Amino acid sequence: MDRRKIEENIFKTLMLFSTFVVVGSLAFILATIFLKGFRALNLDMLIKTPKGGYYLGKEGGILNAILGSLILGVGATFLALLVSLPVVFYLNLYLKKNSRFALTLRFFLDVLGGIPSIVYGAFGFTFMVFFGLKASLLAGIITVALLIIPIMTRSMDEVLKMIPFELREASYALGANRLETSIKIIFRQALPGIVTAVLISFGRGLGDAASVLFTAGFTDYLPYSLFKPVATLPLAIFFQLGTPFPEVQSRGYASALILTAIILLISVLARFLSRRFTKHGI
Amino acid sequence: MDIRKFLPAGRQVKDNLARRIMFGLCLFVLSLAFFMVFGLYQRAKPILAMRPLKDLLFSGAWHPTQGQFGLASFITGTLWVTTIAMGIAVPLGILTAIYLSEYAHRRTREFAKPLIDLLAGISPVVYGVWGVIAIVPLTGFSALTGGIVLAVMAFPIIISIVAEVIRTVPFEIREASSALGATKWQTIKFVVLKKAWPGIIAAVILGLSRAFGETMAVLMVAGCSLGVFPKSVFDPAYPLPALIANTYGEMMSIPLYDAAVLLAAFVLLLVTIFFNMVGWSILLRIERREAGG
Repeated sequence: MDRRKIEENIFKTLMLFSTFVVVGSLAFILATIFLKGFRALNLDMLIKTPKGGYYLGKEGGILNAILGSLILGVGATFLALLVSLPVVFYLNLYLKKNSRFALTLRFFLDVLGGIPSIVYGAFGFTFMVFFGLKASLLAGIITVALLIIPIMTRSMDEVLKMIPFELREASYALGANRLETSIKIIFRQALPGIVTAVLISFGRGLGDAASVLFTAGFTDYLPYSLFKPVATLPLAIFFQLGTPFPEVQSRGYASALILTAIILLISVLARFLSRRFTKHGI
Repeated sequence: MDIRKFLPAGRQVKDNLARRIMFGLCLFVLSLAFFMVFGLYQRAKPILAMRPLKDLLFSGAWHPTQGQFGLASFITGTLWVTTIAMGIAVPLGILTAIYLSEYAHRRTREFAKPLIDLLAGISPVVYGVWGVIAIVPLTGFSALTGGIVLAVMAFPIIISIVAEVIRTVPFEIREASSALGATKWQTIKFVVLKKAWPGIIAAVILGLSRAFGETMAVLMVAGCSLGVFPKSVFDPAYPLPALIANTYGEMMSIPLYDAAVLLAAFVLLLVTIFFNMVGWSILLRIERREAGG
């Protein structure tokens, strides 16, 4: 056989192998978490808070962490949205395409998105010390919001870039100004994409542990105040796995299953919503 | 006659107000990186004033109670796990990206993309749990385990950027290469990769930076224990981010301890900002070249 053909086949096999490893590792992770977690999962975990000695193997659940994570995630996503949405509209409607400011802003958002979450956590910690805040739900919300602002803004930015310029021109031609065009025309057209971006950022905020370690603290109680520490699901998993007791560790696996299931649900929902509501495609 | 009389009042006022608020928020986002550098530097300053930087970065003696804060063993740990991770993730990631964008059927590609996105969405702690259950029994709590888990975590960013860059290579030059009798692989090797290599370098840098700063998963599987200089891949490693996460809680009681830990965060911040600036600049240049034709 031709040497070129042999080389072609070797590399094609290598590529197939790599793709198999990448996709297979996802399957491997999901299978491991589901198989190990399902065995330890029970209703108590979902509806009870840790009783004394929970981390020694006594009874209770992780409702505090599930609720805490959801509340922290919703708060942080909302706060991030308040910053991201105006920034994206400014980037796409108020600034000229390829203006120096827009380029710089996008570049900085990309760089911010690459900063590790532990650094956001450490920064949130210095911020707390500066303002005299203690580890609390509020500090956690602010830190996670900062962490997801770059992700959210950049993914919304990609959505808005795809909207044809003609739509805007039509709106301007009818006498609408940029704010009106943003809210009444572009926002509606981009809504499915915006919802997807919000859900993806929510999932990212929910799963992150390193940023809340310093800032949100941990507690066995249900969240009830912005100024009190709050438990989060990733940290609950981390702490349960860190104990030397097998039964607590397997509860950690079950907690990992809960977190993964929530994140899977969010990403399926995001995909579904963006398909379902992308009508009037232009 | 002035047409503005017929329009609802205050429309332009609202537009102007909105523009200012939006501009303010943009400035806030823009200044965030500076705030982070400044904030962490302020907190790390006490130790920088007391100890020479050379000792802090290149000494392996970490005894907070005796006032010794050498970060060298943690920096070595970070280098070990990131090197292993990149050794796995770079070839596999690049080959997968080439396969998906050049060989795979459109349906395969559309099937694989959401899966790779999902890989990026899984919580780092869940990666850690997976590592503990599935990888640790084979390779122990070691630098190698940390590297394997980090490699899987770095796949999505490497694959998506390489695929993106390959897409920017014009179709016509592929056709020209095929017309000259090159096989598909020859076209990829001599034309596509030749055109795409700066972008691939950027993907590697960004993947490296991701692995460099990853914390929780590594903390759970790399066997982080003090006073260890990893000498082989089967030794435990204690990377820098894990140190920051692990010492929370005890650091407030010992003088200079918090400054040392925040110095570690400051170093991490500077390194990742540098990597990201280099990586994204390369990609920005490719994007502009493409837009310019």
